[in-house]
Amino acid sequence: MTWPIGIAYLIASLTFIAGLRLLSSPVTAPRGNYVAAAGMAIAIGATFFTHGMGNYPLIGVAMVIGAAIGAGSARQVKMTAMPQMVAIFNGMGGGAAALISSLEFIHATASGTPQTGQAVTIGLGAAIGSISFAGSIIAFLKLQELMKGTPLRYSWTKYANALLVLIVLALVGLITAHVGGRDVILPLAGVALLLGLVLVLPIGGADMPVIISLMNSLTGLAAALTGFVLSNELLIVAGALVGASGTLLTQLMAKAMNRPLSNVLFGNFGGGTSSAMGELPEGATVREISVDDAAVLMSYSPRVIIVPGYGLAVAQAQHQVRELADLLTEAGVDVKYAIHPVAGRMPGHMNVLLAEANVPYDEVYEMDAINGEFPSTDVVLVVGANDITNPAARQDTGSPIYGMPILNVDQAANIIVLKRSMRPGFAGIDNPLYYNPKTAMLFGDARESLQKLVAAVKSARPQTGKKAKTPEAVA
Amino acid sequence: MTETLLGAYVFILAIIVGFEVIGRVPAMLHTPLMSGTNAIHGVVLIGAIIVAGQAHTTLTYILGFLAVVLGSLNVFGGFVVTQRMLSMFHARLGEKR
Repeated sequence: MTWPIGIAYLIASLTFIAGLRLLSSPVTAPRGNYVAAAGMAIAIGATFFTHGMGNYPLIGVAMVIGAAIGAGSARQVKMTAMPQMVAIFNGMGGGAAALISSLEFIHATASGTPQTGQAVTIGLGAAIGSISFAGSIIAFLKLQELMKGTPLRYSWTKYANALLVLIVLALVGLITAHVGGRDVILPLAGVALLLGLVLVLPIGGADMPVIISLMNSLTGLAAALTGFVLSNELLIVAGALVGASGTLLTQLMAKAMNRPLSNVLFGNFGGGTSSAMGELPEGATVREISVDDAAVLMSYSPRVIIVPGYGLAVAQAQHQVRELADLLTEAGVDVKYAIHPVAGRMPGHMNVLLAEANVPYDEVYEMDAINGEFPSTDVVLVVGANDITNPAARQDTGSPIYGMPILNVDQAANIIVLKRSMRPGFAGIDNPLYYNPKTAMLFGDARESLQKLVAAVKSARPQTGKKAKTPEAVA
Repeated sequence: MTETLLGAYVFILAIIVGFEVIGRVPAMLHTPLMSGTNAIHGVVLIGAIIVAGQAHTTLTYILGFLAVVLGSLNVFGGFVVTQRMLSMFHARLGEKR
């Protein structure tokens, strides 16, 4: 590496760190993304001056194809589909890292025996890149609903995983010991792909926040390993940063579900144990509420908190929620949003959906910031959320979700739940919240119910003179 | 071996910096954080360009070409999608309409 290229890579490393640092506030975040992108452009440009480079037309064509597909799909993707978009881009990075490691191995074996250190990093880079590639693709297929999203659990998957891990390690060992020459790399990649597949295949859609974070950190690790293979410090720095981020988010998500990572990967969650259903008090009844009553209740309450869950995203009802919140705000109601860390299909997903619907981010509160406010709240409106509001997590030591941090909506004076039916949520656990005398259910599609509520609030407060803020155009 | 050791220094220090910097990102920006770091690991594109630039057999041409396609998909897609998301966040004051 000549020194001007080295300087360019150093600058790029610094822009990546600066870019992530600027992500600490939504005000500076867009600038951070530009800074990192500029650093990336400098690094890519400098790479073309690497000594001994050729095949420029081949590289140019490949870059144009990748850029066109990547930027094109990134422009069109719906915000609700963001988790699968991130998953697929992540898989592409993992695949690229696996290919680079394999190519370097082919190069190295063509000109003698690779050094032990290099051989280990090549083997691990190819393996981890392949796992991330296959795992991310499966995650994409599940999130895009091209594949069944329900958890598929067989007793043998655990052993299959363990066996595949052993085979991968054995093949990495063979590469390191220079046994089998260049022909070992393809079986290694193949088995690692299979491992990624078997690892993610059994995992249900609701656990995807953990899986996407994990795959992100694996691709970071694979990128860092290719940095070792190519003696390229920029790749090492970038890979380490991503690995750190993915690891932090994986931990955060696992904690928000109160389940260790091993349980998400190999556990038997939501298996429909009968004991989970037997905890309801005798004679518990469900109270329904009409749209008009719900509208009046909310319009005349000083403080309302809206709790959106994944059901809101499925119904694409974020715009209707915002319209309702705007009407209530104009009627003098103090409206806030409360977000659970795993509301959505990836960390922070719900915040993006609300931002898309033009909800100001300073009206949106995280769980720890708002949990103390529920006791002084008049009405909580739960939209398409279930397990994250289940008080059993706090009270019932026998519940499968006992210990999971939840939004304490049951502490509010009134709770209105918008829900399709009484069907239990992902975890297959009944929610005692629905049998609470303070709780009223409004059954139906979240989006339709919200539209009806908007209309009802308008007629409930006809004296509101001010014109409503431009309602969001519904796409 | 010294080069690998130097790489290990860089790797470990970068992880520490990563934890420090990313620990400050608020939860509301975790999705953009994820797609942003996604774009950053797209830097493997550089590695792909280097190996593709040294290709000289049919197999290495094909694999190098694929690696560059995947890498640039990752980089361009990642930054564009992150920008789209970040541009939507705004506060109550200074509303954008």
